[in-house]
Amino acid sequence: MEILRHTLNTLAATIVDVTPIITILLVFQVFFLRQKLPNARRIVVGFLYVVGGLALFLVGLEEALFPLGRTMAAQLTAPEFTGTARAAGADWRDYLWVYAFAAGVGFATTIAEPALIAVSLKARDISGGTIHVLGLRLAVAFGVAVGVALGTFRIVTGTPLPFYIIAVYVIVILQTYCSSKSIIPLAYDSGGVATSTVTVPVVTALGLGLATAIPGRSPLIDGFGLIAFACVFPIMSVMAYAWLTAWLLRLKGRSEREKPR
Amino acid sequence: MIAPADGNGIAIVPVRGIVFGMTGFVRRFLRLLAAAFRDLLPIALVITFFQLVVLQQPFPNIERVLIGVVFVAVGLTLFVRGLEMGLFPLGEAMADAFARKGSLTGLLTFAFALGFGATVAEPALIAVAAEGARAATEAKVIADDPDALTSYALHLRLTVAVSVGVALVIGVLRILKGWPIHYLIIGGYIVVMALTTMAPPEIVGIAYDSGGITTSTITVPLVAALGVGLATVIRGRNPAIDGFGLIAFASLTPIMFVLVFGMVVGGR
Repeated sequence: MEILRHTLNTLAATIVDVTPIITILLVFQVFFLRQKLPNARRIVVGFLYVVGGLALFLVGLEEALFPLGRTMAAQLTAPEFTGTARAAGADWRDYLWVYAFAAGVGFATTIAEPALIAVSLKARDISGGTIHVLGLRLAVAFGVAVGVALGTFRIVTGTPLPFYIIAVYVIVILQTYCSSKSIIPLAYDSGGVATSTVTVPVVTALGLGLATAIPGRSPLIDGFGLIAFACVFPIMSVMAYAWLTAWLLRLKGRSEREKPR
Repeated sequence: MIAPADGNGIAIVPVRGIVFGMTGFVRRFLRLLAAAFRDLLPIALVITFFQLVVLQQPFPNIERVLIGVVFVAVGLTLFVRGLEMGLFPLGEAMADAFARKGSLTGLLTFAFALGFGATVAEPALIAVAAEGARAATEAKVIADDPDALTSYALHLRLTVAVSVGVALVIGVLRILKGWPIHYLIIGGYIVVMALTTMAPPEIVGIAYDSGGITTSTITVPLVAALGVGLATVIRGRNPAIDGFGLIAFASLTPIMFVLVFGMVVGGR
C-alpha cells in the first residue's frame, strides 16, 4: 500500500501548492468582484478534477518516469558507457547517444506536458481552428528537442551559455519581423509553457548528471542552462511552424489554380 | 476515422458496440483517456529504445512502471477535463467581471497577486533556489553556513515571485492598451543581454533557467484564460493577437530580476 500513501501525500502536497492561488482567487471574487460566478458548481468540480488529476499525474511520474529517467541519464553519461577517459577530458563525439537521448526525452516529455495541452486548446479556440492542437504541440516539442540536445552539447563542450542564448535571441528577433502578427504572442508564450511538470525534472536530472560525469565540469555551475535552451527554442520552432503552414497553404492554392481544366 | 469535437484534435475510431448505451460522460472520459495514452506513447518509445537497444538492460520493476503509466494517463485525463470545466471558465468569468467592474487598480493588483502567489510556493522554484544557493557558496558569494544558504534561497525565491507579479501587471497593461508584444519582448531581450555582460557568471545559468520554471501547470491555463478573456471583452482587442503573451512576460522578467539580484548580492 506504499503507492496509496504516496498518492495521499502527493494529493496533500498539490493542495498545499494550489492554496495560494485559490486564496487569491477567492479573496478577489468575494471581496472585490462580488459577482456570482456562472456555473460555480461546475467550476468547483473542474478545479477538483484538475487538482486530483495533477496529483495522480505526479504520482505516476514519480513511480515510473522520473526514477527511470534519472537512472538512464546517469548511465548514458557515465564514463564507462561513453568511453571517456577521466584524465583526457571530454571529447564531444563520445556523447552522441546523450544528444539523441536529450532530443528524444525533450520531445516526448513536451508532448505529455499538460500546460501545453491547455494552451494549445485555447489557441485552437481563438484561432477558429486554423491552429491545430497537435500541430502546435509537435512544433513546440520539436523546438524543445533541438534545444535540449544543443544544451547537452554545450555542457559537454563547456562553451559559455550567454553566447548561445544571445545568438538565439538574435534569430528570434529576425524571425519576429518575418512572422504574422497573430502567431507572435503564442510563439513567445510557448517557451514558458513547454517547460513544466514533466520536462523540468527529467531535463534537470540530465543536465546535473552530465555536468557531474564530465571531467572539468561542475554540476552547480554547468548543470544549469538546459531549461533555458528548452525555453527559447520553441519560440523559433512555433514561428517556423506558422510560416511552414502558411507556405504549404499558398503552395496548395497555386497548384490548384494551375490545374488544367 | 472522425475527429472529435472536444478531444485534443485526435482522431479515434468509435466502436459502436462498446460506445452504445454509455452516458456522454463516460464516453468523453474514455476518449480523453485514449488521447492521454497517445500523449504518453512517445515517452514509452524513447525509454524503451534507450533501455533495450542502447543501454541493453532489462526493465527494472516493470509492474511498478506500468502502474505509474496508468496513474499518469488517468491523471492527465482528469486534468484536461477539469481544465475545460473549471480553470478555463473561471479565468474567463473573472476577466469578464474585472472588465465590467472597470477598476484598473483592482485588475492590476489581482494580476500581481496571482503572479506572486502562484510562483512563491512553486516546488520547482524552491528546488532551483536551493541549488542556486549552493552554487553561490561554491562561487564564494555567500558564507557556507545553513543560515546564509536559507536566506539566499528565500531571497532568490521572493525575487522570482515579484518578477512574475510584475510580468503579469505588464502583460495585462499590454492587453488593455494594445501595445505590440514584440517591442516589449525584444526590448526585454536587449536588457537581458546587457545585464548578462554585467552579472557575475555563476548567476547567469540560474537566471536563464528561472524563466522556464516559473510557469506551473495550474497557473498556465488560468493565466491563458484570463488573457484571452480580457482580450475578448475589451473593445478593439483581438483575442488572437492580444490574448496570448502573459506567459511570455512571466518567463522573461525572472531572468532580468535574477541577474540584477546576482549583481546586488554578488557585489561586483
